[in-house]
Amino acid sequence: MTVNITMVIVLAGLYTVGFYLLMQRSLMRVILGIVILGHGANLFLQVAGGPPGEPAFVGSAVIQAMVDPLPQALALTAIVITFALTTFLLALAYRSWALLGHDEVQDDVEDRRIREAAERDEDSDDSDTEPSEAVAGFEAPEASEEVPR
Amino acid sequence: MTVLVALPVLLPLFAAALSLIAGRSPRVQRLLGVGVLTAIAAIAVVLLLETDRNGPVVLQFGGYAAPFGITLVADRLSALLLLVSALVTLAVLIFSIGQRITDYGRQTASTAFHPMYLMLCAGVSLAYLTGDLFNLFVAFEIMLASSYVLITRRTTAARVRASMTYVIVSLTSSLLFITMIALVYAATGTVNLAALPAKIAELDAGVQSSLALFMVVVFGIKAALVPMHFWLPDSYPTAPAPITAVFAGLLTKVGVYALIRTQTLVFIHDASWTVLLVIAMLTMIIGVLGAIAQNDLNRMLSFLLVSHIGYMLFGLALFTVLGLAGVILYVVHHITVQAALFLTSGIITRHTGTVSLQAMSGVAKAYPLVAVLFALPALSLAGIPPFSGFVAKIALLQAGAAVGTPVAYAVTAAAVVTSLLTLFAVTKIWVGAFWGKVAEPHADPDPTDEVTVGTGSTSKGMLVATGGLVAVSVLIAVFAGPLAAMSERAAADLLDGGAYQTAVLGADGGGR
Repeated sequence: MTVNITMVIVLAGLYTVGFYLLMQRSLMRVILGIVILGHGANLFLQVAGGPPGEPAFVGSAVIQAMVDPLPQALALTAIVITFALTTFLLALAYRSWALLGHDEVQDDVEDRRIREAAERDEDSDDSDTEPSEAVAGFEAPEASEEVPR
Repeated sequence: MTVLVALPVLLPLFAAALSLIAGRSPRVQRLLGVGVLTAIAAIAVVLLLETDRNGPVVLQFGGYAAPFGITLVADRLSALLLLVSALVTLAVLIFSIGQRITDYGRQTASTAFHPMYLMLCAGVSLAYLTGDLFNLFVAFEIMLASSYVLITRRTTAARVRASMTYVIVSLTSSLLFITMIALVYAATGTVNLAALPAKIAELDAGVQSSLALFMVVVFGIKAALVPMHFWLPDSYPTAPAPITAVFAGLLTKVGVYALIRTQTLVFIHDASWTVLLVIAMLTMIIGVLGAIAQNDLNRMLSFLLVSHIGYMLFGLALFTVLGLAGVILYVVHHITVQAALFLTSGIITRHTGTVSLQAMSGVAKAYPLVAVLFALPALSLAGIPPFSGFVAKIALLQAGAAVGTPVAYAVTAAAVVTSLLTLFAVTKIWVGAFWGKVAEPHADPDPTDEVTVGTGSTSKGMLVATGGLVAVSVLIAVFAGPLAAMSERAAADLLDGGAYQTAVLGADGGGR
C-alpha cells in the first residue's frame, strides 16, 4: 500500500500534539487533546483506505479508479461518535468548573493519602521542617468525601 | 433461528427509545426494562442450546455476504456470556428498582436511568455478538457512552472528579481503538473477524506481534490490566451501588471477552506471549495488595476486581484448551460474584451509613441475612471449596501446571498466593463490618450522592435481587461438571477457529 508522505507528517503531528495536551494539568487542554487526537485517529482511518480516487458510485468510473469506500463509512461513524462524546465531555468539564471552581485535574485518592502519610512522618521525625515546604507545588487536598471518615 | 441473534441488540435499543418516551410513567419503564432483559435471557438460553448442538448461528444484515456486510455471530462463548450478562443485568435492575421505590416511593419517575441502562445492555450484547472489529468499537462506544451518563448522574464534587478520570481514560482508549482499526485495515484490507485470520497470516511476524500487542493495550485499558488499571478503583466506588455492580460485573469482562475473541481468532500464539503471563502476574499481585491497603469497602472490592482480571489474562496467555476453558469458567463465575458483592456492599452501606471499614461494625448481629449474602460470594471470590470460585480457580491452576514452563509455574504460584491474599482481604472486611457491637448508623455525609444512605431500610426487591445472584453463583458450582465440559468445547472452538470462519464465510471461504 502506498501512503502520502504529507499525510504521515500531519498524522504524526496530530498524535503528538494530542498526547502532549492529554498530559496537561488543565482540563480544558486535556479536552483539546482528546479533540485533536480524535481528528488524528479519524484521519488515520481515511488514510488507511489507500490513495484518493474517483467516488465509489456504480457506473460513474471504472472500478480500479474508485476509492475504497469502507474506511470513509467507518471514519464517518467514528467522527459522529467522537463529536458526540466531545460535547458530553465539555458539559462535564463545565459541571466540574461549576462545582469545584477550577478546571485542574486533581490528584487521585491514593496520591493524596500517600502525601498525607508523608506529611505525618515529617511532623514526627523532624520538627524543624515545615510540612508545607515538602508539598510545595501540590494543591492542598480538599476535604472531599473520599478522605476516610 | 438466525433472527434471534439480532434480538438481544435490537430489543433493548427499541425498549430504550420507548422507555424515554414513557419517561413520566415509572410503571411502564420498570415493566419494559424487566421484560426486555428477561426476554434476552430466554433468547440466550435458546442460542446456547442451538450453538452447542449445531455450531455458530450467523446473521448477515441486509443479505450482504460476509466480508462486506455487517455480521452478527453467536457461538458457544458469546451465547454463554450473553446468558450470564442478561441474568446479572436483570438482577441489578430489580435491585435498582427496589432501591428507588424504597427511597423515593412508587410514583417517582427517573427519566434517564432506564433508557440509559437499556442502552448499556444493548452495547454489551452487541459486543458479544458482533462479527467485525469496527462494530466491536461501536458496541464499546454504546456501552461506554451510556456508562458515562450513568456514572455522572446527580453529580457531586467527588463524583465529577472521579468520572472525569473515567471518561477521559475511556475516550483515550477508544481513540487508540480507532487507530488500531486503521492499522489493521491498512495491513489487511478487512475488519471482519472471520476473514482476518487468513489475511493476518500473510503478514510479517513483526507486524502481527505489534498489532496483537496494540490490541492488548486497547482492551487492556478497558479490562483494567495493571499497569492500565489506575482509573478503576478511583471511579467505580463513587457511583451508586447498582451502577457499580453492573460496571464491575460487566464492563471489564467485555474488555476481557474482546481480548479473548481477537487474540484467539486473529492472532497466533508465539514467544512474546510471555509478556502477557508477566502482566497477568503483576495484575493479580498488585491488585490484591492494593485491596489490602484499603479502608473503604467499595475501593477494596474494586481493587479485588482488578486483581481477579489477572486470572482471566493468565488463562488466555497460557493459550491451551485447558487454560481457555478455565478463563471462560472464571469469567462466568466472576461476573456473578463480583456483581453480588457490590450489591451486598450497597445494602451494607445503607445500614451503616458509611463505607469506612473502621467506622462500621456489628452488621452480622443486626442483619444476619446480609451477612450470609456477603459471606457466600466473598468465600467464592477467595476460591474456597465448594463454591464457584474454587471450580474456576482449580481449572486455571491445572492448566498452568499442565503447560509446565518456568514462567507458567511462577504465575500459577502467584495465583495461589493471590487467592490466599484475597481470603485475607475479605476476612478484613468481615472483621471490620460484620463482627463487633451493633453500631448506630452514621449520618449520611452527603445526602445527594446515593452512595451511602444510612436509612437502614432495605426493600424485599433488593434482597431478592442480591439473593438471586448469590443463588446463581451457587448454581454455577452445583453444575460445574456440565459447565466445565461446555467451556472446554467453547475453548476448543476458539483455538480451532475453523467452525467460526466456515459459519461466517461459508465453506468455500465466502467472497474472498
